[in-house]
Amino acid sequence: MINAIGSLGYSLRMWLTNLGYATRMFVRMLGLSFGLLRRPRLITDQIHFIGNYSLVIIAVSGLFVGFVLGLQGYYTLNKYGSEQALGLLVALSLTRELGPVVTALLFAGRAGTSLTAEIGLMKAGEQLAAMEMMAVNPLQRVIAPRFWAGVISMPILAAIFSAVGVVGGYIVGVRMIGVDEGAFWSQMQGGVDVVKDVMNGVLKSVVFGFAVTFIALFQGYESQPTPEGVSRATTRTVVIASLTVLGLDFLLTALMFN
Amino acid sequence: MQKKSLDVWVGMFVLLGAAALLFLALKAGNMSSFSFNPTYQVTGKFDNIGGLKPQAPVKSAGVVVGRVADIRFDDKTFQANVILNLDSSFQFPKDSSLKILTSGLLGEQYIGISPGGDVKNLANGDKISSTQSAVVLEDLISQFLYSKAADSGGNNNNGSNNGSSSGGK
Repeated sequence: MINAIGSLGYSLRMWLTNLGYATRMFVRMLGLSFGLLRRPRLITDQIHFIGNYSLVIIAVSGLFVGFVLGLQGYYTLNKYGSEQALGLLVALSLTRELGPVVTALLFAGRAGTSLTAEIGLMKAGEQLAAMEMMAVNPLQRVIAPRFWAGVISMPILAAIFSAVGVVGGYIVGVRMIGVDEGAFWSQMQGGVDVVKDVMNGVLKSVVFGFAVTFIALFQGYESQPTPEGVSRATTRTVVIASLTVLGLDFLLTALMFN
Repeated sequence: MQKKSLDVWVGMFVLLGAAALLFLALKAGNMSSFSFNPTYQVTGKFDNIGGLKPQAPVKSAGVVVGRVADIRFDDKTFQANVILNLDSSFQFPKDSSLKILTSGLLGEQYIGISPGGDVKNLANGDKISSTQSAVVLEDLISQFLYSKAADSGGNNNNGSNNGSSSGGK
Protein backbone atom coordinates (compact mmCIF):
# COMPACT_ATOMS: atom_id res chain seq x y z
CA MET A 1 0.00 0.00 0.00
CA ILE A 2 2.71 2.41 1.04
CA ASN A 3 4.69 1.25 -1.96
CA ALA A 4 1.77 1.96 -4.29
CA ILE A 5 1.41 5.51 -2.97
CA GLY A 6 5.15 5.93 -3.16
CA SER A 7 5.34 4.81 -6.78
CA LEU A 8 2.37 7.01 -7.64
CA GLY A 9 4.16 9.98 -6.14
CA TYR A 10 7.34 9.00 -7.92
CA SER A 11 5.70 8.76 -11.32
CA LEU A 12 3.92 12.08 -10.75
CA ARG A 13 7.25 13.66 -9.87
CA MET A 14 8.90 12.17 -12.93
CA TRP A 15 6.05 13.47 -15.05
CA LEU A 16 6.42 16.96 -13.59
CA THR A 17 10.19 16.81 -14.08
CA ASN A 18 9.71 15.84 -17.71
CA LEU A 19 7.23 18.66 -18.22
CA GLY A 20 9.60 21.18 -16.73
CA TYR A 21 12.50 19.81 -18.73
CA ALA A 22 10.46 19.94 -21.93
CA THR A 23 9.51 23.56 -21.23
CA ARG A 24 13.13 24.50 -20.57
CA MET A 25 14.23 22.75 -23.75
CA PHE A 26 11.48 24.51 -25.72
CA VAL A 27 12.55 27.94 -24.50
CA ARG A 28 16.23 27.22 -25.16
CA MET A 29 15.43 25.94 -28.62
CA LEU A 30 13.45 29.11 -29.39
CA GLY A 31 16.40 31.17 -28.19
CA LEU A 32 18.81 29.23 -30.38
CA SER A 33 16.54 29.48 -33.41
CA PHE A 34 17.66 32.96 -34.41
CA GLY A 35 20.98 31.49 -35.53
CA LEU A 36 19.03 29.51 -38.12
CA LEU A 37 18.18 32.67 -40.03
CA ARG A 38 21.72 32.64 -41.34
CA ARG A 39 21.37 29.05 -42.52
CA PRO A 40 17.86 28.65 -43.94
CA ARG A 41 19.08 25.70 -45.97
CA LEU A 42 18.90 23.55 -42.81
CA ILE A 43 15.18 24.29 -42.60
CA THR A 44 14.42 23.78 -46.30
CA ASP A 45 16.12 20.37 -46.18
CA GLN A 46 13.85 19.37 -43.34
CA ILE A 47 10.73 20.83 -44.99
CA HIS A 48 11.55 18.62 -47.94
CA PHE A 49 11.82 15.61 -45.66
CA ILE A 50 8.82 16.39 -43.44
CA GLY A 51 6.51 18.23 -45.80
CA ASN A 52 7.04 16.91 -49.32
CA TYR A 53 7.12 13.29 -48.28
CA SER A 54 3.87 13.71 -46.30
CA LEU A 55 2.16 15.33 -49.25
CA VAL A 56 0.87 12.16 -50.88
CA ILE A 57 -0.68 10.61 -47.78
CA ILE A 58 -2.25 13.96 -46.83
CA ALA A 59 -3.69 14.58 -50.27
CA VAL A 60 -5.06 11.06 -50.66
CA SER A 61 -6.57 11.09 -47.15
CA GLY A 62 -8.09 14.49 -47.84
CA LEU A 63 -9.65 13.21 -51.04
CA PHE A 64 -11.23 10.23 -49.32
CA VAL A 65 -12.41 12.24 -46.33
CA GLY A 66 -14.03 14.61 -48.82
CA PHE A 67 -15.68 11.65 -50.59
CA VAL A 68 -17.07 10.30 -47.34
CA LEU A 69 -18.29 13.73 -46.22
CA GLY A 70 -20.04 14.11 -49.55
CA LEU A 71 -21.79 10.75 -49.22
CA GLN A 72 -22.69 10.95 -45.55
CA GLY A 73 -23.63 14.61 -45.73
CA TYR A 74 -25.90 13.98 -48.68
CA TYR A 75 -27.53 11.04 -46.94
CA THR A 76 -28.33 13.13 -43.85
CA LEU A 77 -29.21 16.39 -45.58
CA ASN A 78 -31.45 14.60 -48.04
CA LYS A 79 -33.74 13.64 -45.16
CA TYR A 80 -34.44 17.33 -44.58
CA GLY A 81 -34.61 18.17 -48.24
CA SER A 82 -31.65 20.51 -47.99
CA GLU A 83 -29.00 18.68 -49.97
CA GLN A 84 -28.10 22.06 -51.52
CA ALA A 85 -26.28 22.79 -48.27
CA LEU A 86 -23.88 19.92 -48.93
CA GLY A 87 -21.11 22.24 -50.09
CA LEU A 88 -21.43 24.29 -46.93
CA LEU A 89 -21.31 21.20 -44.74
CA VAL A 90 -18.26 19.79 -46.49
CA ALA A 91 -16.35 23.06 -46.51
CA LEU A 92 -17.14 24.02 -42.93
CA SER A 93 -16.33 20.66 -41.42
CA LEU A 94 -13.07 20.51 -43.37
CA THR A 95 -11.78 24.02 -42.76
CA ARG A 96 -12.83 24.15 -39.12
CA GLU A 97 -12.16 20.68 -37.77
CA LEU A 98 -11.21 17.81 -40.01
CA GLY A 99 -8.54 19.62 -41.99
CA PRO A 100 -6.35 20.64 -39.04
CA VAL A 101 -7.13 17.65 -36.79
CA VAL A 102 -6.84 14.77 -39.25
CA THR A 103 -3.78 16.35 -40.80
CA ALA A 104 -2.17 16.65 -37.38
CA LEU A 105 -2.96 13.01 -36.56
CA LEU A 106 -1.57 11.82 -39.89
CA PHE A 107 1.38 14.16 -39.47
CA ALA A 108 2.14 12.62 -36.07
CA GLY A 109 2.04 9.18 -37.64
CA ARG A 110 3.93 10.02 -40.80
CA ALA A 111 6.47 12.69 -39.86
CA GLY A 112 6.45 12.64 -36.05
CA THR A 113 7.46 9.00 -35.79
CA SER A 114 10.27 9.39 -38.28
CA LEU A 115 11.57 12.42 -36.41
CA THR A 116 11.51 10.54 -33.10
CA ALA A 117 13.20 7.48 -34.57
CA GLU A 118 15.82 9.56 -36.36
CA ILE A 119 16.78 11.55 -33.30
CA GLY A 120 16.53 8.52 -31.02
CA LEU A 121 18.94 6.62 -33.26
CA MET A 122 21.23 9.64 -33.46
CA LYS A 123 21.29 9.56 -29.70
CA ALA A 124 21.79 5.79 -29.56
CA GLY A 125 24.65 6.12 -32.05
CA GLU A 126 26.09 8.86 -29.85
CA GLN A 127 26.01 11.32 -32.74
CA LEU A 128 24.46 13.98 -30.52
CA ALA A 129 27.21 13.48 -27.96
CA ALA A 130 29.79 13.69 -30.73
CA MET A 131 28.32 17.00 -31.86
CA GLU A 132 28.57 18.38 -28.37
CA MET A 133 32.21 17.28 -28.29
CA MET A 134 32.77 19.41 -31.41
CA ALA A 135 31.11 22.38 -29.69
CA VAL A 136 28.10 22.11 -31.98
CA ASN A 137 24.88 22.45 -30.03
CA PRO A 138 22.60 19.62 -31.19
CA LEU A 139 19.59 21.64 -30.08
CA GLN A 140 20.52 24.27 -32.63
CA ARG A 141 21.90 22.04 -35.36
CA VAL A 142 19.47 19.08 -35.18
CA ILE A 143 16.37 19.91 -33.17
CA ALA A 144 15.58 23.52 -34.09
CA PRO A 145 15.60 23.11 -37.92
CA ARG A 146 13.32 20.09 -37.66
CA PHE A 147 11.02 21.94 -35.31
CA TRP A 148 10.61 24.97 -37.58
CA ALA A 149 10.24 22.76 -40.62
CA GLY A 150 7.38 20.95 -38.89
CA VAL A 151 5.75 24.22 -37.81
CA ILE A 152 5.95 25.53 -41.38
CA SER A 153 4.83 22.31 -43.05
CA MET A 154 1.83 21.59 -40.87
CA PRO A 155 -0.44 24.53 -41.91
CA ILE A 156 0.52 23.99 -45.55
CA LEU A 157 -0.43 20.33 -45.33
CA ALA A 158 -3.69 21.17 -43.53
CA ALA A 159 -4.62 23.72 -46.18
CA ILE A 160 -3.92 21.15 -48.91
CA PHE A 161 -5.97 18.57 -47.01
CA SER A 162 -8.96 20.92 -46.76
CA ALA A 163 -8.75 22.05 -50.38
CA VAL A 164 -8.46 18.50 -51.71
CA GLY A 165 -11.30 17.45 -49.38
CA VAL A 166 -13.58 20.15 -50.78
CA VAL A 167 -12.78 18.93 -54.28
CA GLY A 168 -13.53 15.37 -53.11
CA GLY A 169 -16.90 16.47 -51.73
CA TYR A 170 -17.56 18.21 -55.04
CA ILE A 171 -16.71 15.07 -57.03
CA VAL A 172 -19.06 12.88 -55.01
CA GLY A 173 -21.81 15.43 -54.34
CA VAL A 174 -22.04 17.16 -57.69
CA ARG A 175 -20.48 14.80 -60.21
CA MET A 176 -21.73 11.47 -58.87
CA ILE A 177 -24.90 12.18 -56.86
CA GLY A 178 -26.04 15.19 -58.80
CA VAL A 179 -26.43 18.03 -56.31
CA ASP A 180 -26.84 21.30 -58.18
CA GLU A 181 -23.40 22.71 -58.88
CA GLY A 182 -24.33 26.38 -58.50
CA ALA A 183 -26.04 25.78 -55.16
CA PHE A 184 -23.10 23.68 -53.96
CA TRP A 185 -20.58 26.48 -54.45
CA SER A 186 -22.83 29.45 -53.65
CA GLN A 187 -24.05 27.98 -50.35
CA MET A 188 -20.43 27.27 -49.51
CA GLN A 189 -19.35 30.80 -50.31
CA GLY A 190 -22.30 32.22 -48.43
CA GLY A 191 -21.55 30.28 -45.27
CA VAL A 192 -17.77 30.02 -45.02
CA ASP A 193 -16.15 33.11 -43.60
CA VAL A 194 -12.53 33.68 -44.58
CA VAL A 195 -11.42 35.08 -41.24
CA LYS A 196 -13.65 33.12 -38.90
CA ASP A 197 -13.45 29.70 -40.53
CA VAL A 198 -10.48 29.49 -42.88
CA MET A 199 -8.00 31.58 -40.89
CA ASN A 200 -8.99 30.01 -37.58
CA GLY A 201 -8.42 26.62 -39.18
CA VAL A 202 -4.96 27.73 -40.25
CA LEU A 203 -4.27 29.03 -36.75
CA LYS A 204 -5.32 25.68 -35.32
CA SER A 205 -2.99 23.83 -37.65
CA VAL A 206 -0.10 26.11 -36.65
CA VAL A 207 -0.73 25.30 -33.00
CA PHE A 208 -0.94 21.59 -33.81
CA GLY A 209 2.30 21.91 -35.79
CA PHE A 210 4.02 23.35 -32.72
CA ALA A 211 2.64 20.61 -30.46
CA VAL A 212 3.17 17.54 -32.66
CA THR A 213 6.65 18.48 -33.88
CA PHE A 214 7.90 19.40 -30.46
CA ILE A 215 6.49 16.25 -28.84
CA ALA A 216 8.14 14.10 -31.52
CA LEU A 217 11.48 15.84 -31.13
CA PHE A 218 11.36 15.77 -27.34
CA GLN A 219 10.52 12.07 -27.26
CA GLY A 220 13.42 11.35 -29.59
CA TYR A 221 15.79 13.55 -27.63
CA GLU A 222 14.78 11.96 -24.34
CA SER A 223 14.56 8.34 -25.49
CA GLN A 224 16.62 5.59 -23.89
CA PRO A 225 19.54 5.06 -26.28
CA THR A 226 18.64 1.43 -26.94
CA PRO A 227 16.58 -0.19 -29.73
CA GLU A 228 13.79 -0.84 -27.24
CA GLY A 229 13.97 2.72 -25.95
CA VAL A 230 13.66 4.16 -29.45
CA SER A 231 10.68 1.95 -30.23
CA ARG A 232 8.99 3.01 -27.00
CA ALA A 233 9.70 6.66 -27.73
CA THR A 234 8.16 6.29 -31.19
CA THR A 235 5.00 4.78 -29.73
CA ARG A 236 4.82 7.49 -27.10
CA THR A 237 5.12 10.15 -29.80
CA VAL A 238 2.01 8.89 -31.56
CA VAL A 239 0.01 8.44 -28.36
CA ILE A 240 0.92 11.72 -26.71
CA ALA A 241 0.78 13.76 -29.91
CA SER A 242 -2.65 12.40 -30.85
CA LEU A 243 -4.10 13.02 -27.40
CA THR A 244 -2.56 16.50 -27.26
CA VAL A 245 -3.98 17.36 -30.66
CA LEU A 246 -7.49 16.23 -29.72
CA GLY A 247 -7.37 18.01 -26.36
CA LEU A 248 -5.97 21.21 -27.88
CA ASP A 249 -8.62 21.02 -30.58
CA PHE A 250 -11.36 21.12 -27.99
CA LEU A 251 -9.73 24.07 -26.24
CA LEU A 252 -9.12 26.01 -29.44
CA THR A 253 -12.62 25.35 -30.74
CA ALA A 254 -14.11 26.57 -27.48
CA LEU A 255 -11.99 29.72 -27.70
CA MET A 256 -12.53 30.44 -31.37
CA PHE A 257 -16.10 29.52 -32.21
CA ASN A 258 -18.05 30.26 -29.07
CA MET B 1 23.72 20.73 -57.72
CA GLN B 2 21.70 18.14 -55.88
CA LYS B 3 20.66 20.75 -53.35
CA LYS B 4 19.21 22.93 -56.09
CA SER B 5 16.71 20.32 -57.27
CA LEU B 6 15.62 19.80 -53.66
CA ASP B 7 14.89 23.50 -53.34
CA VAL B 8 12.58 23.32 -56.32
CA TRP B 9 10.52 20.63 -54.62
CA VAL B 10 10.31 22.61 -51.39
CA GLY B 11 9.27 25.65 -53.38
CA MET B 12 6.56 23.64 -55.11
CA PHE B 13 5.35 22.35 -51.75
CA VAL B 14 5.01 25.86 -50.34
CA LEU B 15 3.37 27.07 -53.55
CA LEU B 16 0.88 24.21 -53.39
CA GLY B 17 0.00 25.22 -49.84
CA ALA B 18 -0.52 28.83 -50.91
CA ALA B 19 -2.68 27.67 -53.80
CA ALA B 20 -4.76 25.52 -51.46
CA LEU B 21 -5.30 28.48 -49.12
CA LEU B 22 -6.22 30.69 -52.05
CA PHE B 23 -8.69 28.06 -53.24
CA LEU B 24 -10.26 27.87 -49.79
CA ALA B 25 -10.46 31.66 -49.52
CA LEU B 26 -11.78 32.37 -53.00
CA LYS B 27 -13.75 29.32 -54.03
CA ALA B 28 -14.97 28.00 -50.68
CA GLY B 29 -14.95 31.22 -48.63
CA ASN B 30 -16.57 34.58 -49.08
CA MET B 31 -13.39 36.43 -50.06
CA SER B 32 -14.64 36.95 -53.60
CA SER B 33 -17.77 38.66 -52.29
CA PHE B 34 -15.73 41.27 -50.44
CA SER B 35 -15.96 44.34 -52.56
CA PHE B 36 -13.52 47.15 -52.19
CA ASN B 37 -15.82 49.62 -53.89
CA PRO B 38 -16.58 52.76 -51.90
CA THR B 39 -19.81 52.44 -49.94
CA TYR B 40 -22.23 54.72 -48.14
CA GLN B 41 -24.11 53.89 -44.97
CA VAL B 42 -27.82 54.09 -44.39
CA THR B 43 -29.75 52.90 -41.38
CA GLY B 44 -33.05 51.10 -41.49
CA LYS B 45 -35.37 50.81 -38.50
CA PHE B 46 -37.16 47.50 -38.21
CA ASP B 47 -39.74 46.27 -35.72
CA ASN B 48 -38.47 42.71 -36.09
CA ILE B 49 -35.46 41.52 -38.02
CA GLY B 50 -36.16 37.80 -37.67
CA GLY B 51 -32.97 35.88 -38.39
CA LEU B 52 -31.10 38.61 -40.25
CA LYS B 53 -27.36 38.56 -39.65
CA PRO B 54 -24.47 40.92 -40.36
CA GLN B 55 -22.92 40.36 -43.81
CA ALA B 56 -26.33 39.41 -45.22
CA PRO B 57 -26.78 40.77 -48.73
CA VAL B 58 -28.90 43.79 -49.65
CA LYS B 59 -30.61 43.19 -52.96
CA SER B 60 -32.53 45.31 -55.36
CA ALA B 61 -34.36 43.49 -58.15
CA GLY B 62 -32.43 40.41 -57.02
CA VAL B 63 -29.01 41.99 -57.59
CA VAL B 64 -26.67 42.43 -54.63
CA VAL B 65 -26.14 46.17 -54.10
CA GLY B 66 -24.69 46.12 -50.58
CA ARG B 67 -24.34 44.27 -47.32
CA VAL B 68 -25.61 44.50 -43.75
CA ALA B 69 -22.77 46.06 -41.76
CA ASP B 70 -24.18 45.91 -38.26
CA ILE B 71 -27.36 45.31 -36.32
CA ARG B 72 -28.10 47.22 -33.11
CA PHE B 73 -30.99 47.47 -30.73
CA ASP B 74 -32.40 50.88 -29.94
CA ASP B 75 -33.89 50.89 -26.43
CA LYS B 76 -35.65 54.25 -26.99
CA THR B 77 -37.90 53.10 -29.79
CA PHE B 78 -37.51 49.36 -29.10
CA GLN B 79 -36.62 48.83 -32.70
CA ALA B 80 -33.66 47.25 -34.41
CA ASN B 81 -31.28 49.59 -36.23
CA VAL B 82 -29.84 47.79 -39.21
CA ILE B 83 -26.86 49.57 -40.70
CA LEU B 84 -26.39 48.91 -44.39
CA ASN B 85 -23.33 49.48 -46.54
CA LEU B 86 -24.58 50.27 -50.03
CA ASP B 87 -22.32 50.33 -53.04
CA SER B 88 -21.66 53.95 -54.03
CA SER B 89 -22.16 53.17 -57.69
CA PHE B 90 -25.84 52.49 -57.00
CA GLN B 91 -28.04 55.42 -55.98
CA PHE B 92 -31.54 55.04 -54.56
CA PRO B 93 -34.29 57.64 -54.07
CA LYS B 94 -34.71 59.02 -50.57
CA ASP B 95 -38.09 57.38 -50.02
CA SER B 96 -36.95 53.87 -50.89
CA SER B 97 -38.27 51.17 -48.62
CA LEU B 98 -36.61 48.13 -47.06
CA LYS B 99 -38.03 44.66 -46.66
CA ILE B 100 -36.59 41.61 -44.95
CA LEU B 101 -37.03 38.67 -47.29
CA THR B 102 -36.08 35.03 -47.23
CA SER B 103 -34.43 33.24 -50.10
CA GLY B 104 -36.30 30.02 -50.55
CA LEU B 105 -38.46 28.42 -47.90
CA LEU B 106 -35.78 27.93 -45.25
CA GLY B 107 -32.96 29.91 -46.83
CA GLU B 108 -30.99 32.79 -45.38
CA GLN B 109 -32.60 36.17 -44.92
CA TYR B 110 -31.63 39.24 -46.88
CA ILE B 111 -32.82 42.80 -47.27
CA GLY B 112 -34.68 43.84 -50.37
CA ILE B 113 -34.59 47.53 -51.20
CA SER B 114 -37.37 48.81 -53.42
CA PRO B 115 -36.85 52.27 -54.90
CA GLY B 116 -39.32 55.07 -54.27
CA GLY B 117 -40.08 58.08 -56.42
CA ASP B 118 -38.20 60.91 -54.73
CA VAL B 119 -35.92 63.09 -56.84
CA LYS B 120 -33.29 63.26 -54.09
CA ASN B 121 -31.07 60.26 -53.51
CA LEU B 122 -30.08 58.54 -50.30
CA ALA B 123 -26.87 59.91 -48.84
CA ASN B 124 -24.41 58.67 -46.24
CA GLY B 125 -26.00 58.56 -42.77
CA ASP B 126 -29.60 58.68 -43.93
CA LYS B 127 -32.31 56.80 -42.09
CA ILE B 128 -35.01 54.77 -43.77
CA SER B 129 -38.17 54.37 -41.74
CA SER B 130 -40.48 52.78 -44.28
CA THR B 131 -39.56 49.21 -43.61
CA GLN B 132 -41.27 45.87 -43.57
CA SER B 133 -40.26 43.43 -40.87
CA ALA B 134 -39.31 39.85 -41.31
CA VAL B 135 -42.09 37.33 -41.55
CA VAL B 136 -42.08 35.32 -38.36
CA LEU B 137 -43.32 31.83 -38.90
CA GLU B 138 -45.01 31.60 -35.48
CA ASP B 139 -47.05 34.76 -36.17
CA LEU B 140 -48.13 33.39 -39.51
CA ILE B 141 -49.17 30.09 -37.97
CA SER B 142 -51.07 31.74 -35.14
CA GLN B 143 -52.86 34.04 -37.61
CA PHE B 144 -53.75 31.01 -39.66
CA LEU B 145 -54.99 29.16 -36.57
CA TYR B 146 -57.08 32.16 -35.42
CA SER B 147 -58.70 32.49 -38.82
CA LYS B 148 -59.36 28.76 -38.86
CA ALA B 149 -60.85 28.95 -35.40
CA ALA B 150 -63.00 31.90 -36.45
CA ASP B 151 -64.15 29.97 -39.51
CA SER B 152 -65.09 26.86 -37.64
CA GLY B 153 -66.78 28.99 -34.97
CA GLY B 154 -68.97 30.54 -37.65
CA ASN B 155 -69.67 27.17 -39.17
CA ASN B 156 -70.81 25.72 -35.88
CA ASN B 157 -73.62 28.25 -35.74
CA ASN B 158 -74.86 27.09 -39.11
CA GLY B 159 -74.96 23.45 -38.21
CA SER B 160 -72.67 20.45 -38.59
CA ASN B 161 -69.07 21.06 -39.68
CA ASN B 162 -69.01 18.96 -42.78
CA GLY B 163 -72.28 19.98 -44.28
CA SER B 164 -71.83 23.71 -43.85
CA SER B 165 -68.27 23.91 -45.18
CA SER B 166 -69.29 22.30 -48.43
CA GLY B 167 -72.61 24.08 -48.49
CA GLY B 168 -71.03 27.46 -47.83
CA LYS B 169 -69.14 27.24 -51.05
